[in-house]
Amino acid sequence: MLSRIVITGVGLASPNGNNLTEFRANLLAGMAGIERVDMRYMGPVLAGMCHYDPLRYQKKKELRVGTRAGSISIYCAREALADSGVNFDAMSKDRVGIYIGSTEHGTVETENEIFAISKFNYDVKFWSHYHNPRTVANNPAGEASLHLGSTGPAYCIGAACAAGNMGLIHAAQMLRLGEVDFAICGGVSESTQSFGIFAGFKSQGALATHDDPKKASRPFDRARNGIVVSEGGCLYTLERLDDALARGAKIHAEIAGYCVNSDATDYVLPNPVRQAECVRRAIAHAGFTPRDMHIVNTHATATPLGDIQECEALRAVFGEGCPDTHINNTKSYIGHAMGAAGALELAGNLPSFTDLVVHPTINVDDLDPACALPGLVLNHPKKVARVDVILNNSFGMLGINSALIVKRFVP
Amino acid sequence: MTKDECKKVVLAIISDIAPDEDLSNVKPDVRLRDQLQLDSMDFLDIVMELRKRHSIEVPEADYMQLASLDSCAEYLTPKFNALAGKS
Repeated sequence: MLSRIVITGVGLASPNGNNLTEFRANLLAGMAGIERVDMRYMGPVLAGMCHYDPLRYQKKKELRVGTRAGSISIYCAREALADSGVNFDAMSKDRVGIYIGSTEHGTVETENEIFAISKFNYDVKFWSHYHNPRTVANNPAGEASLHLGSTGPAYCIGAACAAGNMGLIHAAQMLRLGEVDFAICGGVSESTQSFGIFAGFKSQGALATHDDPKKASRPFDRARNGIVVSEGGCLYTLERLDDALARGAKIHAEIAGYCVNSDATDYVLPNPVRQAECVRRAIAHAGFTPRDMHIVNTHATATPLGDIQECEALRAVFGEGCPDTHINNTKSYIGHAMGAAGALELAGNLPSFTDLVVHPTINVDDLDPACALPGLVLNHPKKVARVDVILNNSFGMLGINSALIVKRFVP
Repeated sequence: MTKDECKKVVLAIISDIAPDEDLSNVKPDVRLRDQLQLDSMDFLDIVMELRKRHSIEVPEADYMQLASLDSCAEYLTPKFNALAGKS
């Protein structure tokens, strides 16, 4: 019998909110958090920037030495711990696991170093001795471990834009294996600090443009023209149900099921057959049928082809016969938070268990018929009769797919 | 450059490297590590900033000369003056 795993705390930094209450309020109010920023070598680009106070938890020196992803991790971890109500100081720190999904890490820091030595005629004696600790793949989790004094396993899971879900899935697995007793998990992104990520999407013809930044991220709209790159993070505290109940924890949701698979098809193009397979397996893993899904968070990033392909996958799974299934998208508000996307998007929907409202996909002025899924919630929040199950999709480059299902906690 | 001016230069670098520290009462004859939260990476930062800001090189064999403000001044002041003499 597998242990039941529950979510007991949420901490987040997003372009439109620095905690779950703010984030949810802005999702229901239709408030996007996209702005125009000046990007090295490129000039103005559209991006989702976070405006949390890093000095709330970190010292100035930590910020000087560490990375943006590390700072976001620390902020989100501390917020999640506070939300969980756990007495962290009294815990056995060697039994705490920190599992953080990331799309990439080290790009930002490497670009910064090359830019810095360009001022010294590229003489590498000016290359920072912090480069390696800043760029190792475990940096975001490692900085959180250092900050918290947490001595259990702390590492990152590289899974492109499927990574946010992967942090939670991996944590649930580790809790069930008994490897740790308490997990801090989710995903982070510092991608807005890297010109290369923006330039890469631009070269790919997949970087969004719009006169109004807040209208730039528009999945499913006929005029969508690409991705808005964002930074952010969302970390959860996960526990085995017995432990959570023993300490009287507030329980946000229960992990119901999941699936991770791979397209094995293309570097960047998604494969709807494999995506549908991932979703079906997650639903089966949770012991449900498609009709039991009340909210489906789509991964859709507003690329012309990618949105259609995800819709094709969802149509294959849900068809026309799931009247209680509502479909939405969070990137329309916050852009694509890369490794944080899945974790943030799940958080945006969690309050639906309580308020029975499905936040909409905004910026759909002219719905693309190829994206016209039954149950799509567009532009206005929808009050619904039941929200007991949420399916959270996150897909990534090199064909990695993750689907995570959480359900209302019932003792 | 006088030794006191040299100490001010070093303190200015330390204020950037250790921005949370109160530097108003640093004792010049006491090891910096014994009165401030500085680790080995921070001392590498001091070396790097001397190189970047003032074109002063401190070979690894001489790192011990940066132990206190007094020893910094003894070691670095002639280097600053030698550079000034070249310009």
